Amino acid sequence: MSTETQKGAEARPEFKEVVTTSTWQRWMHSDIWHSYKRSPVIIVSSLTFLVLVLGAVLSPLISPYTPFDPASLNLMNGFTKPMSANEFTGDYFLLGTDDQGRDVLSTILFGLRISLFVGVVAVLFAMTLGVVLGLVSGYVGGWVDGMIMRIADIQMTFPSIMVAMLLYGIGKGLIPPDLRDEMAIWVLIISIGLSEWVQFARTVRGATMVERQKEYVQAGNLIGLSRWSIMLRHILPNVTGPILVIATISLALAIIAEATLSFLGVGAPKTEPSLGTLINVGRQYILSGEWWILLFPSLTLLALALSVNLFGDWLRDILNPKLR
Amino acid sequence: MLAFIIRRLGQALLVLMAVGFVSFSMFKFMGDPLENMLGQEATVADRAELEERLGLNDPIIVQYFDFFERALRGDFGVSYRVGLPVGEVILDRLPATLELAFLSGVFAISLGFVLGVYTAIKRDGFLANFIMTTSLIGVSLPTFLIGVFLIWAFSVNLGWLPSFGRGETRSVFGVDLAIFTWDGLRSMILPAVTLGLYQMTLIMRLVRSEMLEVLRTDYIRFARARGLSQRTVNFGHAMKNTLVPVITVTGLQFGSIVAFAIITESVFQWPGVGLLFINAVSFVDIPVMSAYLLLVGVIFVTINLIVDLLYFTIDPRLSVSSN
Amino acid sequence: MKTMLKLTAASVALCAGIGMANAETLRWARAGDSLTLDPHAQNEGPTHALAHQMYEPLLQRDMSAQIIPALATSWAPTDDPKVWEFKLREGVKFHGGEDFTADDVVFSLKRAMMPTSAMKELLNSIADVRKVDDNTVHIETKGPNPLLPNNLTNLFIMDSDWTVSNGCEAPQDIANGGDNPCVRSVNGTGAYVLESRKQDSQTILKQNENYWGKGEFPLEVTEIIYTPIQESATRVSALLSGEVDLIQDVPVQDLARVAETDGLALSTAPQNRTIFFGMNVGDADLGSDTVDGKNPLADQRVREAMNIAINRDAIKKVVMRDQSAPTGVIMPPFVNGWTEELDAYPAYDVAKAKSLMEEAGYGDGFGLTLNCPNDRYINDEAICQAAVGMLGQIGIKVNLDAKPKAQHFPLIKNKETDFYMLGWGVPTFDSEYIFNYLTHTTTDKLGSWNGTRFSNADIDSKIESLASETDIEVRNQTISDIWNTVQAETIYLPIHNQVLNWGMKDAINFPVQPEDQPHFKFMSFKK
Repeated sequence: MSTETQKGAEARPEFKEVVTTSTWQRWMHSDIWHSYKRSPVIIVSSLTFLVLVLGAVLSPLISPYTPFDPASLNLMNGFTKPMSANEFTGDYFLLGTDDQGRDVLSTILFGLRISLFVGVVAVLFAMTLGVVLGLVSGYVGGWVDGMIMRIADIQMTFPSIMVAMLLYGIGKGLIPPDLRDEMAIWVLIISIGLSEWVQFARTVRGATMVERQKEYVQAGNLIGLSRWSIMLRHILPNVTGPILVIATISLALAIIAEATLSFLGVGAPKTEPSLGTLINVGRQYILSGEWWILLFPSLTLLALALSVNLFGDWLRDILNPKLR
Repeated sequence: MLAFIIRRLGQALLVLMAVGFVSFSMFKFMGDPLENMLGQEATVADRAELEERLGLNDPIIVQYFDFFERALRGDFGVSYRVGLPVGEVILDRLPATLELAFLSGVFAISLGFVLGVYTAIKRDGFLANFIMTTSLIGVSLPTFLIGVFLIWAFSVNLGWLPSFGRGETRSVFGVDLAIFTWDGLRSMILPAVTLGLYQMTLIMRLVRSEMLEVLRTDYIRFARARGLSQRTVNFGHAMKNTLVPVITVTGLQFGSIVAFAIITESVFQWPGVGLLFINAVSFVDIPVMSAYLLLVGVIFVTINLIVDLLYFTIDPRLSVSSN
Repeated sequence: MKTMLKLTAASVALCAGIGMANAETLRWARAGDSLTLDPHAQNEGPTHALAHQMYEPLLQRDMSAQIIPALATSWAPTDDPKVWEFKLREGVKFHGGEDFTADDVVFSLKRAMMPTSAMKELLNSIADVRKVDDNTVHIETKGPNPLLPNNLTNLFIMDSDWTVSNGCEAPQDIANGGDNPCVRSVNGTGAYVLESRKQDSQTILKQNENYWGKGEFPLEVTEIIYTPIQESATRVSALLSGEVDLIQDVPVQDLARVAETDGLALSTAPQNRTIFFGMNVGDADLGSDTVDGKNPLADQRVREAMNIAINRDAIKKVVMRDQSAPTGVIMPPFVNGWTEELDAYPAYDVAKAKSLMEEAGYGDGFGLTLNCPNDRYINDEAICQAAVGMLGQIGIKVNLDAKPKAQHFPLIKNKETDFYMLGWGVPTFDSEYIFNYLTHTTTDKLGSWNGTRFSNADIDSKIESLASETDIEVRNQTISDIWNTVQAETIYLPIHNQVLNWGMKDAINFPVQPEDQPHFKFMSFKK
């Protein structure tokens, strides 16, 4: 059976009870689980992702040092080699230290936390914005649709990293200096999120335009269901598949976008670095022999983005019945 | 048809005006151009005088309309940074970016096609799966890191390829191009690969999924049933059908190539408009920034317009819905 | 056929003269490009560095920053201390063949004093420039100015006829969109002639066959190919892979690699630039701190505590890789007024710093924002980060706000920061320049970079007296007095003097110039 009908069933309120009781069994017997079990690449990448997420969430508990507390740092620890103790202070560092004497392992864990947080929240923001605008655009149509799609065009006119760069500049200027530190990360999230909503909106709009013509929506209209209830409870569930795929790919994109922005000097600050900021700092040491400052954060970012991308790839193949 | 085009052109102009306004209101936050234009010896009076002369005291809306009014006459002002007319500076730099975008496009499309077709035909084969997985590395690392890594590997350690600049250029119809000299071509390889890697992965995936879809359709099955060879089916029929969507998507990707050229060009010191923009940002060279953003806007609006027109001619039903 | 070729080659070499006997091309890279070819339109290092190859000032600084004659052969004040007499070099021709005369000097200096010139501030003591005869020029200053020659080392002389006939009597006015041939072309008297130029990409210079200095300078470089390479890793890569012969701005972390690479060498010298922190010592309350109704930085004990809490040796060793000279005064050693006592920096002493904080009533510390540039000085942001950690250890919780220079410096100028990083170079090599900008109360003319709000009427009048004091003894005593007050009050927290590094092929003989200005006519090759 195809995933399309599954979702259709879930969408209808009268079947809801039945669906929930058998969700787990249906999941275990579904094509998705079957395909998952058969694909070692996906198992490895989802486990990698899980480990990274756990590391990020638990970073305050498992990190050997506190890299975000400047007072705890000793500059003399700077550039300690991996798996060795510093010659002046005697402190031991598994993955070495960076130019400020920060433990690379702890900084990666904390940086991972920031990268993931920025990525996930940015995608949630983009998704919410995109889905709402897409539903409205597709369902209401007319001049509302025209306007939203023109805005989407403007948005697309500015390529994603540029949107983020510009918004970041404005955001930093508008925020009062004493709030800047706390707000910087939110400016980053909004900037990245804003550059990603168009994809969601276009997909949802397209699906909505198709669904709108269908009988069950017309029927819903006749029995007096509100527009929002039709859109959210009947149309939306039909596009969860594509939305999920876009969300996964957007997550990888958002994490990489954050890293790219740090190259342009508008990423997370160096005192509280994300993975991207760490890589941008480490890049300076590519010729000087302190390879660990660049290599370890790069590998972590690669593992994170690659596992998300692989997962997204797999999800797209699975949820696209035409490819099976 | 004509009405459609006129309406679309009108909308495009509005989009451009909006883009211009957004960028103008942003410049205020990017820093103070006077800081770079005056030496450290400048007095308070000197600053006030220059600020007045440049019209930076005027409200943003006045500066904006002033800019647009002059831009319509083809006058984009003089760069604060290098003192040359902005139009000339941009036209001078544009060929470098365009040829880089072109070569990276050629790289992305050709390799993307080959790998996409291969992974579709050999679906689930070991090598195909391997290609699918490793190609994702290119989109799982930031562009600047890939560029720095390529320089490290191919310039410093192997000494095969130049690490910076355009190499030797040759004038073709008055335009200096690097692509027609051996030295220039060598200089383009690393930046073009860096810039094209992302698009290559994208195209490969698109070709693969289009191929898989086409291969399942009835007419391909019918072709097979008729006894046509596998090769003829794959390359003669299936691949041809994937061309249209791939070309459309590639065209739409042009905007993001222009954007990512900013990063590639600054890593490789490639003297194109991207590097010009980065320099303009750090100098707060307002005339160059506004003209560049307007140019990006024009490029994208044009691409959108062409795509719209193509759809319009292909699918007459759209004429109804667009009303 | 072969002999024919040889003959031609020999005759070419003969025609070209002895200078061409060993034709040497030098490929030179640094982070930034020259901004304009108009020698009076920008007052900026890379722009002057390129201009120096093609244009010449009346007198210039050589590779060790000593003032030597260039287009003037001698200069001295006349009987009237306000009037200086400059004797000009004879027989000098511009690249275009025009004779160099006193008219060109008068024209060029007046051009550099126009409102659209970026060099006018260096000449604001000049009242008039007069031609006496074809080879003599008088410069009259508003008051006696013993340092006039120091202000002329970057003031290039243009040919008056060429400039006027090109329509650029005045330096370019960017505001009015005037296009200007002097921005694109060069007609100087210098050792090199402009061959071709593409902004931000490549500039090619060829040796001037008619240069007056032949025999006086090595002039072994016959062709210069200049490429700006912004990314430091790319720049170093280009040197390591042999694509360029000389780079300026070698990042400190790559020095060891360059030094160890076969065929490459480093040239090192202290730079004329001090890096330091400024503090708001003048306001009654600060906007960016966590203390209400008081300004903790107004308390000298707090400033002293901060001064000894900064571990300058650790910054030198780790952040600067030993490429800096920690200092206790905001003045590089080249400057008149510098002494070893002033330069000595206080010992790093956290315990004493903590007790000073306690004494001042800030035992529990306070919060403060540090504004820092991230694209201006060597490892600027990393130094600030290190300072944040060090001040954290005495309870001062510093919030670091690092920005590009275009956003950072206006904060100082507009007095919008209470704690900031600044670097200062002294082109006149005299303390007065430092006091005028960093110590004097901010007025219309002076103190434009004094972000500390420090204001002392007595010091101000002493600073103003320096401009016209002709008795060197008295003047030096005043300078010393002012420094003693500045040091006793701990108005600034000095960190270090920067060190310049040039990486190059080891066949090149070329010392680093303290102003970071390579003058290629001095360059020679090891035989």
